[in-house]
Amino acid sequence: MLFQDIIFWVLAVTAIGAALGVVLIRDLFRSALLLAVVFVAVAGFFALLSAEFLAVVQVLIYVGAISILFIFAIMLTRNVREGNLPNRLQLPAVLFPALLLAALVVAVVSSDWRPIPEEELGRAQLTQTQAVNIVAEETLAAEGFSTAAALENAQQAGLADLLIGAFVLPFEAVSLLLLAALIGGLALARSRGG
Amino acid sequence: MSLHDLYLISPQLTMAGLGILVILLDLATDRKGWLAAAALLGLAAPLALTLVQLAQLTGIYGPALDNLTPASSILAPSLSVDRFGLFFNFLVITAAALVILASVDYVKGLTRLQGEFYGLLLLSASGMMLLASATELITIYVALELTTLPLVALAAFLMNARSGEAGVKFLIISAISSALTLYGMALIFGFTGSTSLEGIAAGLGQATAQPNLPFGSYALLVGVALLTVGIAFKLSAVPSHMWVPDVYEGAPTPVVAFLSVASKAVAFGLLLRIVYTAFPEMGPEWGILLAALAAVSMTVGNLVAITQSNIRRLFGYSTIAHAGYILVGVAAMSQTGAGENGVAGGGGFATFGPSSVLFYLAAYTAANLTAFFAIIAIGQRIGSDRIDDYGGMVRRSPFLAVALALALIALIGVPPTGIFVAKIYIFTAAVKSGLVWLAVLGVINSVISAYYYVKIIRVMFLQPIPEGGAETATGESGDEQPEAPTDQPSKLTNLAVALAALATVLLGLAPGPLLQAAESAVTALSGVALR
Repeated sequence: MLFQDIIFWVLAVTAIGAALGVVLIRDLFRSALLLAVVFVAVAGFFALLSAEFLAVVQVLIYVGAISILFIFAIMLTRNVREGNLPNRLQLPAVLFPALLLAALVVAVVSSDWRPIPEEELGRAQLTQTQAVNIVAEETLAAEGFSTAAALENAQQAGLADLLIGAFVLPFEAVSLLLLAALIGGLALARSRGG
Repeated sequence: MSLHDLYLISPQLTMAGLGILVILLDLATDRKGWLAAAALLGLAAPLALTLVQLAQLTGIYGPALDNLTPASSILAPSLSVDRFGLFFNFLVITAAALVILASVDYVKGLTRLQGEFYGLLLLSASGMMLLASATELITIYVALELTTLPLVALAAFLMNARSGEAGVKFLIISAISSALTLYGMALIFGFTGSTSLEGIAAGLGQATAQPNLPFGSYALLVGVALLTVGIAFKLSAVPSHMWVPDVYEGAPTPVVAFLSVASKAVAFGLLLRIVYTAFPEMGPEWGILLAALAAVSMTVGNLVAITQSNIRRLFGYSTIAHAGYILVGVAAMSQTGAGENGVAGGGGFATFGPSSVLFYLAAYTAANLTAFFAIIAIGQRIGSDRIDDYGGMVRRSPFLAVALALALIALIGVPPTGIFVAKIYIFTAAVKSGLVWLAVLGVINSVISAYYYVKIIRVMFLQPIPEGGAETATGESGDEQPEAPTDQPSKLTNLAVALAALATVLLGLAPGPLLQAAESAVTALSGVALR
C-alpha cells in the first residue's frame, strides 16, 4: 500500500504542477510540452487503478498523437514569440473553473459512493486488463471464480468482447461520427482552396 | 448481430447510407439537380422502414409490442425501438424532407460541394434518429456528437466571415457542452454503476438518499446539473444559449431551419427519456430545476428579441423563448409524476405533460419551418435579412408575405394554428401540476413576444418598399449572402413554404390525430407507464 501511495502522490504533484504550468506559462511551446507531461501523469493514474489498457491508449493517443499535433500547429504558426496574450476575461476564466472544481470536490468527498462489491472486483479488473477472453482458467480460479457459470461470465468480460457485444451500437456509431467529421473537415478545407 | 438487429436500426442505417450515397452521386454526375431529387426520393426508405416498425408495434402483424428490441438482443441495452423513438423518427424525416425541398434553389447558388451539403444534413439526421431511440449514456453521447458535428461543418459552409464565425462559435460551445455532458454522465455512472438508463434507475433504487438534499446525493446533484447544462446547449435554452443568435445569423438559412426544429426536438426527446426512464422517483427535483430554466429562457429570449433588427437574429432569440415554453411542459411532467398536486385527474393524467411537449414540438416544427422557408425565399428576392428591408413585401411577393405573417401569428400562439393548441395544452399541464406561476409567466411572455412578431408583419404590410430596393441591404449583412437578388420565382421553395404553412394550419384546425399519436408515444416511456 505504501508504495502505491508514494506513486500516487508523485503523480498527483506532477499532474497538478504541470497543469498549472500549461495555463500560467506564457510560452505556448513550453505549455504544449507540459501538456504532454500532464497526459503521461494521467496515464500513470490509469495504470495505478489497474486500467492498463487505458493507460497504454492514453500514452499512444494523447501523448503520442495529440501533443505532437499541438506542437506541430504551434511550430507552423507565426508570431509564436508573442506568447499567450492576456485578455479581459481572465477573471471569469478563473472563477468558473474554480466553482466547478469546488462542486466536484464536494461531490467526490461527501457522496455515498458504492464501491464494487468484493466478489465482482476480480471480474471488473479482468475487464480492464484483458482485451479478449483468453483468460486462463487457472488465473480465474486464483481470482476466486469457482462455479462454471461464474467462469463463463468472467471470460466474456474482456474489453474487446464488450466492444463488439453490449456496446456494439455506440462502437459502430463512432465510425459514422468519424466519417461525418472527415467529410465536414474536408468540405471546409477544400472550399477555402477554391 | 442478427438480421433482426439490423432491422431494428434500419431507419438510422438507411438515413446514414443515403447521406453517403448522395455524396458519392455528386462525384459521379454533373447534373447537380439530381442530388436533391435523390436525397428526397431516398428519404422514402427510412420513412418506409419506420412505418413498418410502427405497424409491427401496433400489432398489425403479430402481437402488439411496447418495444421491438427483445431482451436477448445485442442492442437491448443501448437502443429501444418504441413509439416514442418512432415519433421523433417521423418528425426528423419530415423536417429533413422539407428542408431539402426548400434548399434546392439555395444550394444551386453554391458553386461546389453541393453533394456534401445534402450528405452532411442527412448524416446529422441519422444521428438525431439514433438519439431519439438511444437508452444508454455512451450511445446517447455518440449520437449527440453525430447530430452536432455535421451541423457545425454546415454552419461554416459558406466560408465567409459571418459563416466562419458561426461555425467556430458553434464548435467551441458544442465542445464545452460535450465536456460538461460527459462529466455529468461520468458522475451519474460512478454513483449508480450503470450506463443504461434503466440500470441507472435500478442503481438509484439501491442507493440510500441523504435527506434534505436535492437528488439525494452531491454526486447526483452535480452530475444532473452538468448533464442538464450540456443538453440545454442542444435545446438552445439558458444557460447554454450564447451561440444561438450568432449561428442563426451567420449559418446558411436552410441549415438554421433544420437546426432550429429537428435538433431541438430530439434534444427534448432525450431530456424526456432521461428524466422518465432513469430518474422515475425524482420528479420534484427535476421539476424545480427545469421550471427555473424555463422561466429564465422565456424571459431572456423574449426581452432580447425586441431590440433585434436582423430577422435571423430575432428568430435566434425567439427560438430560445420557445425552448422556454417547451421546458414548461417538461417541468410540468415532472411535478405531475411526483403525485403532489392535482393528481386527482387519475391514471391517464401522467401523460399530459410529456405529450404536450411532443405536440408543441410538432406544431413548432411546422410554424418555424414556414417562417424560415419564407425567409429563404424573401432573402433570395431582396438579398437582405434586415427587417427594415422587408417593407412593402406584401406588394412585392404577396404569397411569401402572407406565409411569413401566418408563421409569425402561429409563433405568437393565435388560433387557428398548431401552436395555439400546443400552448393551451402545455400551460394547462403546468397549472394542473401546481406550476401556476410558470403558466402565468408563459402567458405574459407570449404577450411580449407578440410585440416583435407583429412588428415584422407591420413592416411587411404597411410600410413602403425601401428606397433603392436591395441596395440598401448591403450595409449590414446582405453583401456576404450567397443569394444574389433575383426575381426568379423559386418554385420549390414556395412549395416547401406552402406545405409547411398547410401543416401549421392543419395542426390548429384538426389537432386530434397528432394529439393521439403524442399520447400513445409517451406511454412508451417506462416512467409514464409506472404512474
